[in-house]
Amino acid sequence: MSSTRTARQHGPDRRTKAGRQAAHRQDLLHAMLRIRRFEERCVELYSAARIRGFVHLYIGEEAVAVGVNEALTDEDAVVSTYREHGHALARGIPADAVMAEMFGKATGCSHGRGGSMHLFDAERRFYGGNAIVGGGLPLAAGLALADRMTGRSRVTCCFFGDGAVAEGEFHETANLAALWGLPLLLVCENNLYAMGTALERAQAQTDLAMRASSYGMVAWAVDGMDVEAVESAARRAVEGIRAGTGPHFLEIRTYRFRAHSMYDPDRYRDKAEIERWRERDPVALLTDRMRAAAELSGARLEELEGRVTEEIEHAVEAADRAPAEPVEHLLHHVTSGPPRQERDEGVGTP
Amino acid sequence: MTAEGSAKHETEHSTEYGTEHKTTYREALREALRDALRADDRVFLMGEDVGRYGGCFGVSLGLLEEFGPERIRDTPLSESAFVGAGIGAALAGMRPIVEIMTVNFSLLALDQILNNAATLLHMSGGQLPVPLVIRMTTGAGRQLAAQHSHSLEGWYAHIPGIRVLAPATIEDARHMLAAALADPDPVLIFEHGALYNASGELHPDARIPDLDRAVVRRAGTDITLITYGGSLPKTLAAAEELAVAGVSAEVVDLRTLRPLDDTTVMESVARTHRAVVVDEAWRSGSLAAEVSARITEQAFYDLDAPVERVCSAEVPIPYARQLEEAALPGTAGIVAAARRVAGPTWSAADGGRSPSDGDGRVS
Repeated sequence: MSSTRTARQHGPDRRTKAGRQAAHRQDLLHAMLRIRRFEERCVELYSAARIRGFVHLYIGEEAVAVGVNEALTDEDAVVSTYREHGHALARGIPADAVMAEMFGKATGCSHGRGGSMHLFDAERRFYGGNAIVGGGLPLAAGLALADRMTGRSRVTCCFFGDGAVAEGEFHETANLAALWGLPLLLVCENNLYAMGTALERAQAQTDLAMRASSYGMVAWAVDGMDVEAVESAARRAVEGIRAGTGPHFLEIRTYRFRAHSMYDPDRYRDKAEIERWRERDPVALLTDRMRAAAELSGARLEELEGRVTEEIEHAVEAADRAPAEPVEHLLHHVTSGPPRQERDEGVGTP
Repeated sequence: MTAEGSAKHETEHSTEYGTEHKTTYREALREALRDALRADDRVFLMGEDVGRYGGCFGVSLGLLEEFGPERIRDTPLSESAFVGAGIGAALAGMRPIVEIMTVNFSLLALDQILNNAATLLHMSGGQLPVPLVIRMTTGAGRQLAAQHSHSLEGWYAHIPGIRVLAPATIEDARHMLAAALADPDPVLIFEHGALYNASGELHPDARIPDLDRAVVRRAGTDITLITYGGSLPKTLAAAEELAVAGVSAEVVDLRTLRPLDDTTVMESVARTHRAVVVDEAWRSGSLAAEVSARITEQAFYDLDAPVERVCSAEVPIPYARQLEEAALPGTAGIVAAARRVAGPTWSAADGGRSPSDGDGRVS
């Protein structure tokens, strides 16, 4: 959101309908470029051993986070997965805070406790960063339940992958949410692989929207490479949820261009398959569409890229300079209040 | 909870009963729920059959009529989803009380309890406390066999980030919930199934307990018997028997299984120089092992004898009455262990251990 606000400072004349469309597309493009370039930089930093642990790249799936986020307000909540850099950035967590978290620094959005897989921002109602497949779903239902019980008109949006649909927690949550009519948007990012296992090798019924609809909720599939299609579907779903028609499910058909994680040699996919999907790169797709409509000049694209680079380089430099979380704080935040070291840990604490 | 918070409760709370009051453990738990629901609109009870059925063990009987289906919320048989929903609702400002029928069923929600409830505060760098209370039944003694009878609270006490409570008395059943709800972090309350029908007088001066402290239930000078939950009545009975035999046993009720109150335990051991830990869980890797290790670490030079443990036999709890009894810690087994530890004089009079003592060594 903050990204799109930044982009709005320049660009097309928003007073005309055509101008508004062009400006909005530039916002979407900027938001996707921000995620794409951020992660490309993460790859370099990972190779340079500045970022460690598991890093799961979202490259290829940017249209999902950006399109869905357009339908949400600041009041709404987001629950995400371990592949969540895109969701976090789209949600408006500053790139500085996300990058610092990847560096394990005190200024990171989880104070160095979470890393790439566990980004949090309570103020922006971003509830993680859940690395147990399906584990965020019940929690999202609870956030939605609290809103329903208190009569707030907020929506909780839960992202998860196609792999999560094989987990019991998906089915328990879908049933519970539909039974109680919870204001929950279930966004299934179907990238066709649960780590290395293809959808059709893992699930007897691969029509995921149909399975969700069996719980009595509105569900449909969307082209996840087209950010405008995602946005429009998400807006429609959120509108329905706010109107009180209960949970909605979007199966967003997307593809990750990179391996599952930095450890993954990617032996289980056909290179030709990856190339076919790359032809529908969401960034290129939108860029081409804008160029065809004369909505994006080369200079304007260069300017957007420049702003993105500047933001990311700032994040890297800031993360680099940021203080490390002191080892003396190891036991902070285990429980609320002052650490209970001597009680919890006995005398054997290092 | 903080020391400040508990001190506040000690002074502010007064029980609604003017005089001593005959009640049961079950009714005391229900009254605690009723109080909590009346005191705070954010509190609601959620679980399988808590509403129309009245609770699997009858604890919430009548609450649906008083508070309605939004706040006494029956759930589908989806332990992971409704425990996780409790976590999410807590994050969004509610004060949910989630009931899981038994600790064996809680394993279906273990992911939510460990990977979310216990972990979110830390993983988020302190941004997301989870003020959630989860109640469940634990323990054996009712011939319910191997999928309804285990004592897994020690597993939960292994996990940093949560508080684990085991009310063993009617007072604690009545007053622990309020303290649990005042804790900003997740609290698991283990109600022993064999205690629901226990009846007794609820003392009018009973206070909301300090959840950071164990409590001495019976003072003694010769040996410390450390226990919690469903084993407390058996241990107190054993102390009575020991008294007849001339051994003065002090009984410490841990009450809070995490964080453990080492101070109360070590102070007692420093007085008696001998200790037996009684724990209905299996011996290997148990809470009894933890308490025993801490005594060895912190009070080794106070000890006159090795610490002994009385635990359940290492067997899935069987159905048949005599087999179940043999598997569980019993008063006779506790007495025998105490005599061995207390010294050769008493030990010689004991004539050795009987296999039916149920001290966990029959297998």
